[in-house]
Order: sequence, then structure tokens, then C-alpha cells
Amino acid sequence: MKFGIVVFPGSNCDEDMLYTLTAVMGQKAVKLWHKDHDLQGCDFIILPGGFSYGDYLRSGAIARFSPIMTEVSHHAQRGGYVMGICNGFQILVEAGLLEGALLRNHNQKYVCKNIFLKPAQTDSLPTKKLNPKNTYQIPIAHGEGRYYASAETLRKIEENGQVLFRYVSATGNADEASNPNGSLNNIAGISNIGKNVFGMMPHPERASDPILGNTDGKNILESLLS
Amino acid sequence: MPTEIIKTYLGSKNKYTKMEQTPTLETARKLGLLPEEFDQIKEILGRNPNFTELSIFSVMWSEHCSYKNSIVWLKKLPKDSPRMLAKAGEENAGLVDIGDGLACCFKIESHNHPSALEPYQGAATGVGGINRDIFTMGARPIAQLNSLRFGNLETARTKFLVKGVVKGIGDYGNAFGVPTVGGEVYFDDCYEINPLVNAFSAGILDTKNPPARATSYGVGNPVFIVGSATGKDGIHGATFASEDISDKSTAKLPAVQVGDPFQEKLLLEATLEIIQTGYVIGIQDMGAAGIICSTSEMSAKGKHGMRINLDLVPMRQPNMKPFEILLSESQERMLVVIQKGKETEIQRIFDKWDLHCAQIGEVTNTERLHFYMGGELVADVPAEPLVLGGGAPVYYREYSEPAYFKEFQKFDIQTVSDISEAEISEVAKFLIAHPNICSRAWIYEQYDSMVGTANTSTNQPSDAAIVNVKGTNKNIVITVDCNGRYVKSNPEEGCAIAVAEAARNVVCSGGEPVAITNNLNFGNPYLPEVYWQFVGAIMGMKKACEKFGTPVTGGNVSFYNQSTPKNSSGGVENAVFPTPTIGMLGLLEGVENKMTLDFKENGDLIYLVGRSENCINSSEYLYSYRKIKGSPSPKFDLDYEYQVQEAVKQLISQKLIHSAHDCSDGGLLIALIESAMPRGFGFSINTDQDFRKDAFLFGEAQSRIVVSISPAHQIKFEGLLEDLDMDFSFLGTVNKGGILEVDRREIMLMSVAKSLFFSTLPNYLA
Amino acid sequence: MKFLAKINVMPQKEILDPQGKAVMIGLKNLGVQSLHEVRIGKHIELEVDADSETQAQEKVDFACKNLLANLIMEDYFFELEKKG
Repeated sequence: MKFGIVVFPGSNCDEDMLYTLTAVMGQKAVKLWHKDHDLQGCDFIILPGGFSYGDYLRSGAIARFSPIMTEVSHHAQRGGYVMGICNGFQILVEAGLLEGALLRNHNQKYVCKNIFLKPAQTDSLPTKKLNPKNTYQIPIAHGEGRYYASAETLRKIEENGQVLFRYVSATGNADEASNPNGSLNNIAGISNIGKNVFGMMPHPERASDPILGNTDGKNILESLLS
Repeated sequence: MPTEIIKTYLGSKNKYTKMEQTPTLETARKLGLLPEEFDQIKEILGRNPNFTELSIFSVMWSEHCSYKNSIVWLKKLPKDSPRMLAKAGEENAGLVDIGDGLACCFKIESHNHPSALEPYQGAATGVGGINRDIFTMGARPIAQLNSLRFGNLETARTKFLVKGVVKGIGDYGNAFGVPTVGGEVYFDDCYEINPLVNAFSAGILDTKNPPARATSYGVGNPVFIVGSATGKDGIHGATFASEDISDKSTAKLPAVQVGDPFQEKLLLEATLEIIQTGYVIGIQDMGAAGIICSTSEMSAKGKHGMRINLDLVPMRQPNMKPFEILLSESQERMLVVIQKGKETEIQRIFDKWDLHCAQIGEVTNTERLHFYMGGELVADVPAEPLVLGGGAPVYYREYSEPAYFKEFQKFDIQTVSDISEAEISEVAKFLIAHPNICSRAWIYEQYDSMVGTANTSTNQPSDAAIVNVKGTNKNIVITVDCNGRYVKSNPEEGCAIAVAEAARNVVCSGGEPVAITNNLNFGNPYLPEVYWQFVGAIMGMKKACEKFGTPVTGGNVSFYNQSTPKNSSGGVENAVFPTPTIGMLGLLEGVENKMTLDFKENGDLIYLVGRSENCINSSEYLYSYRKIKGSPSPKFDLDYEYQVQEAVKQLISQKLIHSAHDCSDGGLLIALIESAMPRGFGFSINTDQDFRKDAFLFGEAQSRIVVSISPAHQIKFEGLLEDLDMDFSFLGTVNKGGILEVDRREIMLMSVAKSLFFSTLPNYLA
Repeated sequence: MKFLAKINVMPQKEILDPQGKAVMIGLKNLGVQSLHEVRIGKHIELEVDADSETQAQEKVDFACKNLLANLIMEDYFFELEKKG
């Protein structure tokens, strides 16, 4: 599998993702410039975290019009894998490749800390290799991560098994206290109906390198390789 | 604002284009210049300056740019070590060799006055400014810290300032994409009107490519301005920074500078790329005093001149006057001098990053700056006399010991009764929840501390932050420290303690102290008592830096952190605590050699390395619980401190200890609680009958480090310290029950300590 | 009497508006031509009880000055509509 990491102006987790995929996981990965129209033969496109276009107006709203996004959309429509993390998730939602919206955190504050995730199922690529009974400690770092969708959409994505992860307590309860941003149904990550486009707010690449003292995120990235 | 003159007369060789009023001494005074400075300017020019020229001198000779009131003392600080690649004052920031072809560039800078007025933008632009200093050297910033001081947390003003400053630092640093990995915050009434906002950044560069320099030479080489357009932001900001905040200055408040971290991120990437080409002669960030500061400092350093056409400067607002363009502090701008003929290559890189760049002039051999606008010469000044180390004034200020100093020394511990056994719990609960000691999570959770995937302290906390240099096994170990209360009590000892504490934090994290940067926050330097604090602090810093072998690589002086009440001439009592914040860089080879502060195993033995003292001087306990505001600085002996640190280094390198945490604010018991908290342990310790209980548990005597060891290492551990002739005492053991016990009495449960520790800031700031 | 205040808070003309600047780049990428300046502010609506229009105006003005706008960097203007 060859990974392509799109660099938007203002992306700042592109280098972290590249380092994690190559130096930590030993995978092939390249950076793709947002002004280009060439995916360089990558199988798996990653939209990394950061503040594309400064997150001005709405997070992800301006980046979705970057030239490369046309190719990313085609890639997704052809069934190719696309994953957005944090700001990348926001861009995918703005671009309509994933359903719902990511609103300002309920307490109106940016938050960076470790939280716990639980896979909602194990039949999607990012959750396939995870233990559904386990909780995974992964960092979040965002100001606009409150997942929102209309009641109808929410019902649909729940029924279709499109929810990838939920915020939970250390012991695995998806309660209000462990919901860091007020997301509906504690949703931390979703897929499209075709299960080839994924988005999540938490940063697995920030919990993969052993020097960081937490490698829970590596399980999620390894799952992508299966 | 004095009369502004657009059309001005020209230099001696040129004709007058329009009659105008010559600026008078009164104008000079309004610009913040002294009469003798006005005379000096006339002498330098050989004629009367026009308003543009006068305003140029006023900003370049302000304290902010010229350090005129501090430089004679700053020069006494040690600057040298075999690791120094760029010394203090030579470049935009100091540069330290960290081996294997890598260097670390780091600096701290204040944005106190802007933050007092508009905390969000003030703090944000402070973060932007310090990072530009780092990446203009060609270094990629990898970690940031900040040191903040506010007034009483109960006042509406302090809450407003804390929320604004924290959000400003967060929004800018987070978007810029460099982690904020640590810092310090103190609250005291003395900072109520004048908060302190000091921002620190550290970056890494490859020494294969020589660092970019803040210079200019090569006749005919083009001069570019890059980044944001120039607006009327912070006009006279540098001068403003050099005056008291009083009703008067609020009225003349210039437009606030707005930071744009997105633009800064693009500027970072583009700057590193152009420096890589090797075509850059010189580059400097446009900080305080804008274009005039960069053109004059770079020209003076390169012993050349510049011809600049101000019409070519991209402007955000119409009808800007020459002095406004020259002095504007608009953010996210750089001045770049490149090799002639390489314009297209450089332009291509800026285009890639959607950055605006414009050639505004060229290098000349005149050693003068000629600014043109509308086809006319609007200012003609020599570069050298404008700059620090050149012709800028240098003053020896008077200083005298303030009356309070002798009063503080009179404090007698006997006048304070010791605490009873029953009171231990009450004091511990008071201190653990105190704003100066409680958890800073409410603040640091608003900062991205993990971007860059190099902050190894997120999941394994240490006294200093340990940040991996990506792709190597090297780590920088960084910390900012200063207890202003100690410095007020005794500037020399207090500042030496600040350096020692920074070194202790680095050592307790497994690092080797390497160098420091300083941010000297003081009151009005024209008050002899304030200047006495400044001189004392410098002398204390000097002796401590010499002891630890940590040269001063640069930093920032911020005077006038003082407010003069109405109907009063003001004095040292109106100044903030003298706060010489120390930012220290340490080095750690091999992340596996790091040391952390948390207790690891049930049954581990807890020891104190160093000796207990019957001292409660200037402790949070004495100051806040006993409400005794005046006492000497805590017991401190520099040579002894050094021995303690050397002993701990050996304990760490021989892998004899499981944790190390220094006793600082709140004393020994607070250090124990902080070590037990991360993994939810408890402890049982015994006090020593030879000491007062308050001094033993809550005193802030220096040079004491709490360590925990596996019982299996007890003999080796004690043997090593005995061989080193180092004091140590057995305190007790780590327990898994989460019960905190002193002399076999339960003082509180860890769960209680935790809830007190974490609830203070949210309660005040929610 | 009940009044509806429609308040606009805008960054002051002479102050940099990074958000407006970035949005302009976005609009250009989208193909919207002939754009000169984009500035982004806030629109706030609030209902206020007052004895007269003058009193309503004073109340809204007080709210704007002291909370809704940061006068160091923002300007505001508002319309009052009489309700019911």
C-alpha cells in the first residue's frame, strides 16, 4: 500500500503522519501538494491534521476547494481509500465525502489531551484489527470537533455501521463525562456508506512512536494495512 | 501626536522641496527622546532632523531596540561556552551546538504591554514574534514554553486577562503547529495592572548549511519585503512599550496588531526553503519598530547602506506617511536581502506558498539609509548610529537599596509559631489548591502540546519538558523558571535561585544544562530602587550561570512594568516583582536516559537528597497562609546546589532511582503529592524532630530533591551518596492505597488532593 | 415596548482581518472573480424591553460598548425595530 499525505497551506500534522507511516510503521508514503492534480499512484490518501487556511470561516471550508481535492473525490468515488484526521476529517465533511458536520466544541474551547476510544464495530478497515472490548488511549487536539448530524442522518449512519469510534471512559462507557466536545452519540469517527472514506478527530499518529510512551494509536494505523 | 509633515526638506546635498516646520525639542520630547538625545541626533546628522528622521531615532533609541538602560550590565553576563555558535546580540537568537551537525536556536521574549491592553492579540503576536526570531535563523521551531504572571485571580480584570492571553497563545501556537510543552504561571497582586507574558521558542537547524544571518552587503543586491502588507499597526509601539501605562498612554493607544498564524506558518515554510537555496545574504524578522529596525540593523551589521523606495512597500491602508510605513509593526513580515540575479528563484518559492513579496530597494555602499517616497528623499540617516552597539546611547543609571530590603531581612522565624500535627492537613489542603501551586491543566489543555510527535513528557512527566529531535536520539530539555517573590526579597540571591531551579529541573529530567535565555521584567529603570533590583538580579544571574557553565545566549529586557497611581510620583512599590525569567536549554542524549517525576512502584523508598533547613522564608506558606509578606529569600548556597545536582546526575546515570522531583513552590510535602499523583499512589513519611514541622514540610529552602528508589537499590544508593559526601535522608515509602500519611497520621486521601489540585483554576475561570 | 436590535460588529477598517484575507483566497480558488476585499464580522440580534426608542438605543449601545464589541479593534452599528 502506498500512502499519499495531502499538504494544504496550514497543514501541520503532515510531517508527523509521514514520519509515523515511514519511520515507525515502515510503509511507503509521500506528500502530495494541494495545488497539484496528481495522486502519484497512491492507494490510500490521507488528509492530515492542522489548520488549513488558518481554519478561517469554518474549519476545512476553504481547503475543500484546493485543486487536488477534485482528484481525491474521484479516487473516493472509484472506491479508493481516503482518511481524514482532525482537520482532514473537517475537510472531508465540508467536501461532502462524509456526512454530518463538525461544530465548535460544546465548551467553546480548543482542547488537547488524551482521551479513550472504543471501536463501534470491527468490520471497517480502521477497526478491523482492534479488540471491540478494549479502550484505546489517543490524543485529541481540536476546537471544532463536535460531531453533529440531523436525526435522520444519525439514525442512518448508526444503522449502517458507519460509526467507527466513540469517546468512552477508561473502562469503556460512552457516557457524557467522557465526551470531550459534545459529539452526538459520543461519535469520534465515521466512514461513508461505501466504507472506503474515513474520518476521525483523534490523532492515532500521536500515539504510535514508542518514545512517546503510548502506542495505542499504532493499532489503528496497523489496521489500515490489513 | 505632533504635527506630521509629509513633504520634508532633504539632506544637505539636496534642495528643499517644501518649507516646513523643523521639529522642535518639544516634538522630540513627545516622541520620548531626552534633550541630550535630541542634541546628539542633530550632531549625527549635522543638521536638524525632519519628523520622519526624528521618529526613526525615537524608536531605534527606545529601550526596546537599544537596551540603552540595561546594556552596560547585560555585558557582564557570561556569553561564552565551547558550544556557542552565535553569541548573545550577534543574531536574531542565540545558537548552540548540540553535536552531530545540529544546533539549537532558542530565545525568550516579552509581550507584556500589548497583552495588558488586548490580551488575546497581545499574547498571540508575542508567540508569532518569538517564533519568527527562531526561523529567520534557518531553524525549524520544535517546542514552545511560556511564562505568565497575573494579578489576583478573584478580580474580573485578571480573569479577562488570563482567558484572553491563554486563548491568544493557544490559537496562534496551535495553528502555527509548534507544540507548547510547558511553562509557568503565577498570580500576585503586584501584577494586577501589569501582567507579564513571556514566550519562549526553540528550533533546530542543520549546521551543514550555515545559519541565516541578520546582515546586508553586496552593492546592488535586492532588498525584499515578504509576508503581510504594511498597515498602521502599532505605530510608535516600541516607544509606547517604553512608557508607563497610565491614563495618558491609554488615550494614545495605537491600533492593535492582529496576528495571523496562518500567514506565519506559510512564512515559516517559505523562509526555510529560501534559506536552503543559499541565495540569501541576510534576513530579519520585522519585530518592534518594523522596517526601520530591520534595514538599519542589517545594514549596520554588514557595513553597507540601502536605498529604499517606500512606494513599493505593499500597503494595507491608503495614504500612509513615511514614518508610519517605517515604524509600522504589522506582523508576519520579513526583510530579505538576496544575491542579485536570483530574484526569480526566490520569487518562485514565495509564489508556491501564496506569499506576497516585493522588491523595495537595493544595497548601497553608503552605510546610510535613504528612504524615498513620491520621488522624494524623505529620510537620510546613517545606519550605525541608530543601533545597539553602534551609536545608540548607553546610560549608567543610578541605583540605591530600597528601604524594604532591610525590613525584609529583619524577619524572625521565632515570631511565627510552628504548626501542630493536626494543622499539617489544613496547610497541605490550602497549598495544593493555591492558584500558584494547583494544576495548570485548564491552561495547558488549550495548547496543542503534542503536534510534532516529539514531546516525550505528555505521558511521562518530568520537571522540565523533554522534546525529541526527530530522526535522532537527541533530546532538548527545556524549562522556564522564576519566583519573583524571592527576587524581590533579595534580587541577587533570588535570581541565582531562578537559574539554579532551571538547572535543577533540567538535571531532574536527566538532562545536562547547556545555556540560558533571559527575559528581564522590571519596573521603571529611572527609579534607583528599581534599578537596584535590576543590577542585583544581573549579578545573581552572572554568578549562577558561571557556576553551571550556562552562558546567556540572548533574551529580552522589559522595563516599565509599573503603573503610576494618580496623584503620586510612583516608586518601587508600584513596580511588579522583579521577574528575571530564565529559559534554560538542556541536552539529553538518549531518551531512554530520561528521568521522570512520578512514583513508579508500591513499596519504593522515598529519600530527600540535600538537607532540610529551619527556613520558611518567602515560602508560599509564609506569604499566603501566614500572610507575612516580607521575609528574606529562601536559604540557598550556590556551591551546595551544584553538588546536589551533580549527585542526582550520578544517581540517574547509574540508574539507581525511579523518580526525581525538586522541592519548589509549597515545599517538600507538595513535591511528594505531585510525585504520587500521576499514578494515584500514596505515601507514608516521617518528619524529622530536629526541624520545625512547617519548615520541614512547607519551607522552600533550595537544593532539595525528592527521589524514589527500589528497595533493591538501597545499599548502592546510600553508598553512592556517602561516597560523594552528599546529605540525604530517608523519608518513607510509596504505598498503593492512595493515602497520604505524615508521622503515621493520615493527612488526606490522594483522591481529595487530586480534586483540590484540579478544581482551582476551573472554579475561577469557568 | 419591545425592540429588536440587529447589530453588526466589524473589525475596524484599519485593522488586519486575517479571516477575510484567507476567505478571499478561497473565493478566488473557487473562481469568483473581481473580488477586492473581504471583511468578516459578526451579526447579533437581541430583543430589549424599553420605555422609548432612545432608552432602547442606550441599552443596546451599552451592551455593544461593554461586551459585544471590542472597541480596541472592532466597530459596531445597529438598527432598531419596534416589535409588536
